[in-house]
Amino acid sequence: MHVTSPVREPLIQGGKTYADVTEDICRQVEGAPTKEWKIAFGISLLVLAYGSACLAWTWWEGLGVWGLNKTVGWAWDITNFVWWVGIGHAGTLISAILLLFRQKWRTSINRAAEAMTIFAVLCAASFILMHMGRPWMAYWALPLPNAFGSLWVNFNSPLVWDVFAISTYFSVSLVFWYIGLIPDLATIRDRATSKVSRFMYGTFAMGWDGSAKTWSRYEYISLILAGLSTPLVLSVHTIVSMDFATSVIPGWHTTIFPPYFVAGAIFSGFAMVQNLMLITRVVYRLEDYITLEHIETMNKVITLTGSVVGVAYITEFFIAWYSGVEYEYYAFFNRMTGPYWWAYWAMMTCNVISPQLFWSRKLRRSITFTFFISVVVNIGMWFERFVIIVTSLHRDYLPSSWAMFSPTRYDIGDYIFSFGLFFTLFLLFSKYLPVINMAEVKAVIRSTSANPPAKIAGVAKVRQRGTAEPVFNKDKE
Amino acid sequence: MAELSGKFLVGVYDDDDTVLHAVPRLRKAGVKIKEVYSPFPIHGMDEALGHPRTRIGIAAFMFGVTGCICALVLMIWTMGIDWPMIVGGKDPISIPNYIPITFELTVLFTAFGMVTTFFISNGLGPGTHFHPRFDVRSTDNKFVMAIDLGRNSMSEEEISRALRDSGAEEVNLKQF
Repeated sequence: MHVTSPVREPLIQGGKTYADVTEDICRQVEGAPTKEWKIAFGISLLVLAYGSACLAWTWWEGLGVWGLNKTVGWAWDITNFVWWVGIGHAGTLISAILLLFRQKWRTSINRAAEAMTIFAVLCAASFILMHMGRPWMAYWALPLPNAFGSLWVNFNSPLVWDVFAISTYFSVSLVFWYIGLIPDLATIRDRATSKVSRFMYGTFAMGWDGSAKTWSRYEYISLILAGLSTPLVLSVHTIVSMDFATSVIPGWHTTIFPPYFVAGAIFSGFAMVQNLMLITRVVYRLEDYITLEHIETMNKVITLTGSVVGVAYITEFFIAWYSGVEYEYYAFFNRMTGPYWWAYWAMMTCNVISPQLFWSRKLRRSITFTFFISVVVNIGMWFERFVIIVTSLHRDYLPSSWAMFSPTRYDIGDYIFSFGLFFTLFLLFSKYLPVINMAEVKAVIRSTSANPPAKIAGVAKVRQRGTAEPVFNKDKE
Repeated sequence: MAELSGKFLVGVYDDDDTVLHAVPRLRKAGVKIKEVYSPFPIHGMDEALGHPRTRIGIAAFMFGVTGCICALVLMIWTMGIDWPMIVGGKDPISIPNYIPITFELTVLFTAFGMVTTFFISNGLGPGTHFHPRFDVRSTDNKFVMAIDLGRNSMSEEEISRALRDSGAEEVNLKQF
């Protein structure tokens, strides 16, 4: 039988039945858009329009409109790219790694987190296109037969690895997310009252009927996809970090980068998931599904990864001094006390100190505080990338070429573009697709529900009538 | 998915444990069950129904091997044979540098190949059909068992009684 540890709080509150789950989660998909949604969507579109105008001008005029100079050749573009890719790590972490670890609390948040991943990777990819300056040449990054004397891309370069890593990550995440959506799309299709929605959801549900055979294959491929996505998600930020680590720039040339970047990615990704889920649960009245327990668990992950990031900062600094390499030492000393000292200390405060406040149970169970810290963490992680990129570049080996970077209206406008894109896509997702995985929640509701409804507990009756019942694996769980 | 024809008895259950325990009882009583439809996976159901273990993992492995070989062939041929390039003083063919892309392409081929196999083997595809055939509630909160009367020697009444005894709350007749 299903045994629930009395120590743990139930994952889903409110004694929901299977029908309640369907009803609660389909409500926002089936109803007309609310006024709040329309206002939020309108604002996102305006932001996107402003950002698109800035981006169009960037492409029309060229990268000269950015604040880059001969010394600082990468600044906000790559900062934003790394920041968005990092945010894009949480979704796959929640859906793949936590699936392998059999963490059932992921079922309430994995759908929205995966959607966030996909949109964040799109935003990241847009910065890759932007920083090329001539985006119509983007295909040069691919190994295509060409008219340049059959010269191929350099497969030894981490920048080319990045092209493969990001595009594989995006497409595999999209497939994983879509596979998870199919059963829920079928649920919406079968409840649909209008012909249009029946046709749309029916087309994307691919004729799903939920037969035992399909489900068994479905669970099998979900497990393999999770097994594939786990090393994939670790490889993506590892490769992003190698864009820096394989260079000989002091401050970039460190072997600690891959694990440090991955921890930072999970850190900022979870913070972004917190921000989105804290709003979603209130707006769509999903407090019974995304409970304080979920929020607290995510805060614990934030504290863990924040601590890893903190240790990495300190290790990096220690090694810069201990190695005895004066250029390396200067790069770090300059970060702390040079003209960009404020960025360094903003990073240290936001990323090292703020997550440690979650050691207090009261604070990590406070919704307002969690929201505040999540925003702070995301600001901190943006500064981390800014510090790594700009402060390492702005003072190079020749003091005559030392320079400062300051953003122009187009640096800022192109960053705003990515926010517009992200929130427009997220709002569309949260209106037209179920934000919580209904099938998975139904599968865990039984073993975790606060008060299993009488109907659900009806199995005992049948048991008495039957004789010599076989024992299933499920019963032993 | 092949089109269905004939008469079916459809047992509707409202609990996953009930339907899971009903399956071996009905099979023991001599009822041949076509399939069970549920809104979420019921662990142990495929074994209870006697479905063979899925071989999709073998397909996935084959796609992975294909991806791995394609990646290595692409890089060794372009970098080492077609236009040999020495980068950073390394051999034109330096396998360690090819590992990241080999890994990415292995994952890409496995994921897409496996998911395509999944769609084909289950007969899923856009526009295949727009509703579950036996009971529309099987994607919401009901667990539905379909029994093909043409393939059973027992009479309709006998099966219907057996379904009710095993905990079905409704038994319906479906004709295609």
